[in-house]
Formats: sequence, C-alpha cells, structure tokens
Amino acid sequence: MGIKVLHSGIQTTIQDLGRYGMQKFGVIVGGAMDTISLRLANLLVGNAQHEGALEITLFGTSLCFESDEVIAITGANLQPTIDGEKASMWRPLFVRKGSVIKFHAAISGCRAYVSFSGGIQVPMVMKSKSTYLRAGIGGFEGRNLQKNDLFVCGERSLFGEELLCRLQNESSHVSWSVNYSAFVNFNKKKTIRMIRGSEYERFDQSNIQKFLSMPYTISPYADRMGYRLIGEPIHLKEPFELLSEGVTYGTVQVPSNGQPIILMADRQTTGGYPKIGQVISADLPLLGQMQATDQVHFQEVTLEEAQLALIEQEKMINMVKCSLRIKQHT
Amino acid sequence: MTIVKEDIQIRPLGDAALVIQLGEGINEAIHKKVIHTMNQLEAHPFEGLIETVPAYNSVTVYYNPVEVYFSTKNKVKETPYMIVKKIILDLLNKSFSATTKRERIVNIPVVYGGKMGPDLEYVAHYHGLTIDEVIHIHSNTQYLVYMLGFAPGFPFMGGMDKQIATPRKDTPRLSIPPGSVGIAGSQTGIYPLETPGGWQIIGRTPLRLFLPEQSPPTLIQPGDRIQFTPISQEDYPETLEVTSWA
Repeated sequence: MGIKVLHSGIQTTIQDLGRYGMQKFGVIVGGAMDTISLRLANLLVGNAQHEGALEITLFGTSLCFESDEVIAITGANLQPTIDGEKASMWRPLFVRKGSVIKFHAAISGCRAYVSFSGGIQVPMVMKSKSTYLRAGIGGFEGRNLQKNDLFVCGERSLFGEELLCRLQNESSHVSWSVNYSAFVNFNKKKTIRMIRGSEYERFDQSNIQKFLSMPYTISPYADRMGYRLIGEPIHLKEPFELLSEGVTYGTVQVPSNGQPIILMADRQTTGGYPKIGQVISADLPLLGQMQATDQVHFQEVTLEEAQLALIEQEKMINMVKCSLRIKQHT
Repeated sequence: MTIVKEDIQIRPLGDAALVIQLGEGINEAIHKKVIHTMNQLEAHPFEGLIETVPAYNSVTVYYNPVEVYFSTKNKVKETPYMIVKKIILDLLNKSFSATTKRERIVNIPVVYGGKMGPDLEYVAHYHGLTIDEVIHIHSNTQYLVYMLGFAPGFPFMGGMDKQIATPRKDTPRLSIPPGSVGIAGSQTGIYPLETPGGWQIIGRTPLRLFLPEQSPPTLIQPGDRIQFTPISQEDYPETLEVTSWA
C-alpha cells in the first residue's frame, strides 16, 4: 500500500496552502510556493484545494506506486514519465500498482506538484500538512522526503472514486486537461507586478526609477525562504532605524547593501529591513516558479488593481472547479 | 480602554494584509494598545480575517481580500482594503472595558556561564564587572515580551539594564543550542531552535520554548513578563523535560 520514494531528488516536501493563525507565535506560514498549481492539482483529483501534495524541485525525484492511485501533476514541467512513457500534466492520471514515476529535468519552471486523490496521509501539525524544515515539523516527519520513505493516501472523495473507476476501465488518461496558461507561465523573464511598500518614499527617487525600469536577476541564494536579487543597488535617502514588524509573502525588502530580497513561502514572520514594495498576490505563483539566473522586471500597480487581479484570478479558479463538476456528471 | 482615532495609522502591507500603527518607539503604553488591539480583533473577527501579529508598536492584520470582497452586501463595491480599514476603525473606536487578562510571569531557570554560557566571561570583562554582577543584573529584572519572531517562540524583550548591553560577536557561531540565553546590544533573548547566531551567549535554560504539540505552541507569549532565575549546573536535568507554567 502507498507510495515509496526511490529517489528523493533535490528537495521534495509535502506542502499545502500554509499554516495560518500561528504567526504571532513566530511560526512561519510555509505552504506551496506556487499555490495555483497546488490548488489545480488538488481539484483535478477531487481533493479540497488546500490538501497537501508533493512539491518537487527541479529534478531527480522518482516514486514507486505500491497501490492503484489517481494523481495529477501540475506546475513546472520536469519531464515526468510513468514506466518510461511521457506522463501528461494538468489532468487526472491513473497510476497502476507497481508503476514508477520519474521526474527527469526541468524544461520549464522550477517546482512541480503531485496531488494524490484522497490526499497524503500525514498528521496535521497546527492545522497544516506543510513541512516546516527548520523546526522539523509537519509534512513527512518534518523533513525532505528521502529514499525508502513510504506514505499512504487518504480516503478518496466521490469524484476521486469515480475517476479511479473510470480511468481504470478505459484508457489511462482523460481526453481533457486544464488550460493552465490562463494562470501561470514559466518564462525565464517575467514582469512581476508590485505595489508600494511601507518605506517606498524613503528610498532615493532615482534609485526607485532604476528599480522599476531595470531587470533584476535571481541570485543562486534563492530558496523557499526568499530570493536574493542582483541588479542596480537601491539606497535610502538617509539611513534610519526600523523596528521589526510583520512581513508577508512577496515583501520586497532592501538591506543596506542595496540588493533587494523577495520574501517567499518560508519567510520569517517579522522583519526589520525597509520595504520598497510588495509583489501582488496574483503574481506570487509566477514568482514561485522562478529560479537562479531568471529575470524579474517589476511593474508598479495600485492596491486597487492588485486586489481586482486577485478577485479575477479567483473567479477563474472557480470556473475550473465548476467545469470539473460538470465533467463529473457527464 | 479606547484608542482615539488620531493615534491610529493604517497602511497596506501588500494586497492581503495591513498594518495598524499605534505609535512610535518602544514603550509599555504603546505595547498595551498593541495587545488591546489584537485582543479586540480576535474577540470580534470580521469575515475574511486570517490572523493578527503584534509587534513593538504595530499590529499586522492578515486577511483574505476575496472573502472580504464577497462578504459585503453593498452594491457599490469598495476595495477589500477599504472595507477592512473601515471595520477596524469602527471596532477600535468603540469603547470596550479593558480586557483585563492577568499578566503572566514566566519563570525561566538559567545555568549561567561555563559550557552553557561561553560568553559570560567576555560580557563581564567588557564592562569591568564580575561574573556574579552580570548574573545579578541580568536576573534582577522582569522583562516585558513585546512580540515573538525570528523563530517560533523567540521573544523580543525590552527592559535590559544598559550596564550589560554588549555588541554582537564579530563572527556569528554556526550553531547555537536551543535554550541558549544571549545578549545582543541592549536586547536579551532565548533561542528556541538550534540556529546560527551572533549573540553573546551567557547561559542556557532547560525549558523548551517551542511546543508544537501544544496550543498555544510556545512557552512564552506576547505580553508576558520573563523572570530569569539562576540555577546551578547540577539542577540542569540530564534529559530535557517539557515544563510549562500556566
């Protein structure tokens, strides 16, 4: 029963939509770097959108199935194969007991998500299945998956059960898939929208112009905690002491060396560096698919535009949800 | 307790959070407003509220803009930010009897110096004090916990005597064991997890600060007062036991 890890790859963790409600205790939110791909992966196999799934980074992961399962692979294209045959992404797949699924190398994006119909059965820690690596809690024993780890799936929903029956008997995949291009792209150069940060006005005006017109390259120091960027340095008009306060996913802070850092899923809960900007929520999944040497172009938008973009994005996810419901009944 | 409108500044932290600024600097009067604001929001949560995080002089409110947007029945839609801002201002302008939660005093036993506090001698030498004087000064004050951050259960405390304020180490240590009590500038703190760090380590407590299996998951909470009590090496348990005070 379950799924056995044959090769762990660079970094494979269990992530859901994050651990909320504990930030006041200094407990980080964590969760998927690309939440859209995670949510769609879950919807495709009949799970709740916040269910835990595997987040696979770049390449090298392989899994052996010790039971029949329905899965979906979304996010980065890491050239997945099932028993050597190319595996389709963005649609529910039936994986027969004994099959081996491999992720070879990233040809687009950075992180792939694998959802399992019924979810991954690991204990909820503080109401979340997300792996909190530094504290060693959540996910699979609080760590990256390793060779020979074995996990099992939970109870499938009605839709999940139907998919299993249908896919088992017919061909091994359905004829439709989610049109992901409406949500995410995997370009190596992206325009990322941001709104002004709390200390925006304190930065040198000509530096801000550069920040908004020049590309910034993601440095090798880019992980789930944050992306350090390399580009035109940005400095304050005059130095000042800032007290620590709450920060969030997408906060763009600038330490005294002038090179911005974007805070990502595993950010600390509070920070004390001046904040020049804040990546809009709708663009965070795009950012979560980027890696070292990729380029970011910041574009300033208003708070109103940012919130509207998010509401529109949510409506589109809802449409996917509705069409999947129709698929269920036809 | 009421908070007058003039005291409050609300600014966005991106499109899914906002900061309620309740003053400048670090002092106990502002801290009381911070805790009051946090308690009010938690006692009267609005639709779409995710969580609140207190800091020295601000409260950050995390919300789901989509949920807020669809929760209002107004035909003319305002932005979720404007809706939340209005809700918060209305709430804070109402007069509520001060939430008189009894202040907790958390006792932290500490083995000072030796292997547990390798920098105690340096701190004493730095100030021309004896080791016992440093221990006495450090354990003779109750420290107010303004906020938690940096790591789960790590307290940002105020009130350390300037006599023992010591700069960080030039080269941070690669690994500091959990429970280590340190000084950095005029701050004192306790490391909940094993992490690298540049603080001057003067002692260690056998208590666990991060308790993920409990609710709340930390020994120390914002608004607590911390009392350090010197204990001897012999009192330090061989196997760490989980202890917490109510």
